[in-house]
Amino acid sequence: MQVSLKKWVASGSPWVWLNAGAVAISVVLVLGLLGVIASRGLVHFWPASLQEYQYTDSQDMKMPVLGERVQREQVTAEQIRNAGLSVPEGMQILDRQLIKVGNRELYGSDFRWVLEHQLSDLQYPKHAVALERREWGNFYGYIVGIKENGQLIAEQEPGQNQLWDEVLRRTERAGEIYQRIQSLEGGAIGALNYELEKLRIAERSLQLKDQDTPQNLAELQAEKTLLQADYAIQEAELMALYTPFKRDTLLLVTADGQHKEVNFSEVVRLYQPNSLSLWQKMQHYVLKLVEFVSDDPREANTEGGIFPAIFGTVLMVMIMSLIVTPFGVIAAVYLREYASQGLMTRIIRIAVNNLAGVPSIVYGVFGLGFFVYFIGGNLDQLFYAPALPAPTFGTPGLLWASLTLALLTLPVVIVATEEGLSRIPRSVREGSLALGATKFETLMRVVIPMASPAMMTGVILAVARAAGEVAPLMLVGVVKLAPNLPLDINAPFLHLERKFMHLGFHIYDVGFQSPNVEAARPLVYATALMLVVVIAVLNLTAIGIRNRLREKFRALDM
Amino acid sequence: MQDISSLLEQELNSPRMRTRRKFRAWKDRFARRAIALGGLSVIVAITLIFFYLLYEVMPLFKSASIEQESSFELPESVRADKILTMFTEEQNEIAALLTESGKLLFINAQNGQPVSEQQLPLMDAAISSIKVKTPGDDTLLLGLNNGQALAVATTFKVDFDAQGQRLGVKPQVTQLFNGKPLQLDSQQRPLHYITQQTAPDGVLLAGLVDKGEVVMVLLRQRSNFITGEVQETLEPIVFPSTSLYQRVLIAPDHHYIFALRSSGHLDVYDSRDLQNIQLSHTLALVKPGQQVTQMIFQLAQQSLLIGDSQGQITQYFMVRDEHNQQQLTKIRTLKLADAPIKVLEAEQRRKGFVAVDSRGRVGLFNTTAEKTAIDQPLLDAEPLLAALAPRASMLLMQDAQGVFHRYAIDNPHPETSLKSLWGKVWYEGYSEPQYTWQSSSASNDFEPKFSLTPLAFGTLKAAFYAMLLSVPLAVCGAMYTAYFMAPAVRRKIKPVIELMEALPTVILGFFAGLFLAPFMETHLPGVFAVLLIIPLGIVTFAFAWAQLPDRIRDLIPEGWHVVVLVPLVVLLGWLSFSLSQPMELWFFNGDMRNWLSNDLGIDFDQRNAMVVGFAMGFAVIPTIYSIAEDALFGVPKSLSHGSLALGATPWQTLVRVVLPTASPGIFSAVMIGMGRAVGETMIVLMATGNTPVMNANIFEGMRTLAANIAVEMGESALGSSHYRILFLAALVLFLFTFVVNTLADLVRQRLRNKYSTL
Repeated sequence: MQVSLKKWVASGSPWVWLNAGAVAISVVLVLGLLGVIASRGLVHFWPASLQEYQYTDSQDMKMPVLGERVQREQVTAEQIRNAGLSVPEGMQILDRQLIKVGNRELYGSDFRWVLEHQLSDLQYPKHAVALERREWGNFYGYIVGIKENGQLIAEQEPGQNQLWDEVLRRTERAGEIYQRIQSLEGGAIGALNYELEKLRIAERSLQLKDQDTPQNLAELQAEKTLLQADYAIQEAELMALYTPFKRDTLLLVTADGQHKEVNFSEVVRLYQPNSLSLWQKMQHYVLKLVEFVSDDPREANTEGGIFPAIFGTVLMVMIMSLIVTPFGVIAAVYLREYASQGLMTRIIRIAVNNLAGVPSIVYGVFGLGFFVYFIGGNLDQLFYAPALPAPTFGTPGLLWASLTLALLTLPVVIVATEEGLSRIPRSVREGSLALGATKFETLMRVVIPMASPAMMTGVILAVARAAGEVAPLMLVGVVKLAPNLPLDINAPFLHLERKFMHLGFHIYDVGFQSPNVEAARPLVYATALMLVVVIAVLNLTAIGIRNRLREKFRALDM
Repeated sequence: MQDISSLLEQELNSPRMRTRRKFRAWKDRFARRAIALGGLSVIVAITLIFFYLLYEVMPLFKSASIEQESSFELPESVRADKILTMFTEEQNEIAALLTESGKLLFINAQNGQPVSEQQLPLMDAAISSIKVKTPGDDTLLLGLNNGQALAVATTFKVDFDAQGQRLGVKPQVTQLFNGKPLQLDSQQRPLHYITQQTAPDGVLLAGLVDKGEVVMVLLRQRSNFITGEVQETLEPIVFPSTSLYQRVLIAPDHHYIFALRSSGHLDVYDSRDLQNIQLSHTLALVKPGQQVTQMIFQLAQQSLLIGDSQGQITQYFMVRDEHNQQQLTKIRTLKLADAPIKVLEAEQRRKGFVAVDSRGRVGLFNTTAEKTAIDQPLLDAEPLLAALAPRASMLLMQDAQGVFHRYAIDNPHPETSLKSLWGKVWYEGYSEPQYTWQSSSASNDFEPKFSLTPLAFGTLKAAFYAMLLSVPLAVCGAMYTAYFMAPAVRRKIKPVIELMEALPTVILGFFAGLFLAPFMETHLPGVFAVLLIIPLGIVTFAFAWAQLPDRIRDLIPEGWHVVVLVPLVVLLGWLSFSLSQPMELWFFNGDMRNWLSNDLGIDFDQRNAMVVGFAMGFAVIPTIYSIAEDALFGVPKSLSHGSLALGATPWQTLVRVVLPTASPGIFSAVMIGMGRAVGETMIVLMATGNTPVMNANIFEGMRTLAANIAVEMGESALGSSHYRILFLAALVLFLFTFVVNTLADLVRQRLRNKYSTL
């Protein structure tokens, strides 16, 4: 033995090692969390194989089960028994699986826990089909036929595959029509609706101002008639698309023999996971990933993409930084360069510093009471009276959310900028003043450029904090599903009064308010990953800008 | 040379340069003012938060006010008849007066001008009694001197014309009981007291005849499914006692009958079964020699309010005693003055009431808050008539001279007092005073329970469990990082841990709620094993490491231990959790959760304080770690070098020299971490069940102030008490964190000064 236990303990080594352990645990926790989120979030888009089992239930009834294995874990038999299920004597630890069986309208729920000892005859049927639908979640089964206009035009035995190419062709066709319907509804018809609403408010505004003379009204009416005629044309075009859209129907059968007809218009995507090659799986993965970041959510946010949430988060953070940067910098410049450095300034400095530690929900409460109800309510009375009683700014929205977060992050920017200003040596300022520059010129040409990396640091910290903050947003403008993006083609393009979606709130909403948490779970992980990525990207961009500024003003640095 | 300098001078004094200089000076002055204005307004905007919160909270603690609005006399034309009772409507525009001759007279509640009138069909009988006003039952029930009961309902409708212009309030009178008086006493004696209560299948009526004998009937109402016609049958009910009573009240669904004797004793009858009414118990309401002057139901008709001859109003309701018997129990007493209470009327929306004594003193009370909102001598003597408006915003009284006085009442937040916000309150239907938060319910006559104590407790509970995890980890980690770690490792490790701070808490919350909570539930023994196995494993490993030959040990230089420990920690963690199920089988019969609740009697929620402590501890670690590390690292090296030179081991130096010097910094780190844990919203919102319970059980959840705001702010009405109390919660959070942070800041500044002198 090299060291005796007694001597080793006396040296204090165990304590040192335990302290090192604390660091190791913290590191493991951080990396573990990020690892779990990344792995679970990224795996979601990979096309999982479809497994088919014979499931023997407690009454010895056998039935086939087809689905994706989601999770596998061990439980003690006692826990299962306490949950009210029967387990044969002699078993102590059981393996169980969570299988996504899909077909919600037939089975009542998409997921099913099964105990592994009740499963047998595992196989991967080559031609089992996974169908992503616009409603009711996924469908797993076998293709048995195609109908066109209600007429059966082709048939096959379950498990055969001669119809596959035809099915793909028809899915693609329906998909193309769907694209056209979408662009028509979102583009032309949406714009017309917006115009009509504007006319309605204009009319109401005339009434309020007592200028609703027949002449004025007639002008509005003429415009309205024009728009309505336009609307009728667009609507007819849209209606004409719907009939071919709904032409084809797919006949399917589930693993346990139930028949089901699915219209092609309902199909988002269909594939045979067990016969995909690795390359095809990768293609599928990329497609799903692109859909996730660029598409609208479906099915109460549990399927589809999160584009509006990403967009909302980034837009809100950008507006917030536009507000917070000038104000934060002005306040810091005032405190450091202009205010007399007395007790009062010290108190203000400590107060500002500590406001950064005030809980964010408090800012949310303030934002709701002051910005939304007080300022927004008065703005509505003054400028948006024609739209009342529907509030314009008197309700939570993008502007108020940005303002609230700007207030929340103001202390961060002020503190960072002040620190940057205080680091600039006196000699530099005095040099500039000695050359005859005024104080303001010194400030603008010398001091602020030199302090700009510190300012950027402040803004970075502010952005990082704002992007992840959810609690105040729940009160001042975030919604689970916004019908329109706050930025669109209708003037004035940026709609500050609109409510918006946010990644963080999306996580909370889908993970905790959704009726089908199990189905939403992988999406929540993916969204969380996305949020981490957005924050990282925002941070990295800002850090990049800071480094370039640092590079640029290096000559001034000393 | 001379040339150039004079040229320069000339040039500098040229008009162009002069204007330029002026402009520059002007710009400088302008910038100075603009920046001062901008800077100050930003600072004002920030401090506005505090003042705005205060501004929203203040009305809660503002006392109520009552002001006379007008006085009027009735016009001659309608003055002849004696008025028996008076009531008003929602809009405070019309008052209804019932005269002795059975005429309902509607007058303008502002000036007394008659609006309309309606004769009730008394059929040669005279009115001998009127039902006392009861919140939730606005039928006008009259007892007649021939033993009959007559009921009318008065509704008030706001009328609009075709253009949507408001015309005014229009009263409408409909007679109930299929339009006929009802024979309450079969012997046709005059009823000198009358009351009613809705029963599951009709209406139960009771009256007093002769010297105080009780007569009762049940009016069964059956509506025909097809025609919608209501069929009514009258069924006499035998009252079991022949005692003489002064007043009778029937509890909702005739669970109980409260009958008051002239001696001030109240008999409580169990009348669930109307065929078998039994005396349950008797209670003396007043001391001998005193009288009960008024007896009414409060809103929801669960509480009795008893006014006595000493100016006191006492609240009673049924409480289950230790023998599981329902007993009418005295809850609280409110006092107006010393004169007997003459008028007692309950509010129709809130748990409040108005009382007027024989000297004309008026009091407005709230029972939940045990608060006297208004106490003012408004009249010289007992009023002839009094009516409290349905929204309790107006009081109309007729004084002894027959003049009507109208008072406006401003009492927006009667249910809040320091006691009701922070103390134990005995709520209606509860068996004892409790701290409860329950802000809303489906029913209108619900008693809001606004005790912030369970929320404050939940906040501290969550913060406590978070600190339990984070303080040891963060402080120990900081000690190692600052004092033992190699600089190269420190540069890598510190940013990794500080990265946690940038991680949005919503991610931690969702991770805790959706992953950790179910995982911990199924791996409970593993969770506890981790606490034991990881430290033991590390120490054992370290001892084994010390035994290795130097050749191997030197592969890892001093200060790089963490690199070896990371895989070890992963391994030990995996080991603990894979031992979880075997341990569950060996020690807990295979189900630890079941064992906890069945054998130990500890309640278990899936989303509990343990999960919150873990997730929030995780969120707080970087804050504490970063500040504590700075404090430890900043300790002047001369101190530790001196200690080492004297022969102390590095560990002794750390514990005896460095730690005491840096302890204020570590303390302030813990304070700031605590401030963060207290205000954290998303983690608690997602990782607990958000039930406002008050116990420290680690296996149960909690509701914190912050989470409560997030949950309820959206559904509270602008300006309501609930809304303002949520603002109060925000203010409490603001002040708490602000004070804690300021203290921590001051401590740190002193420490910095100390370091600079060392």
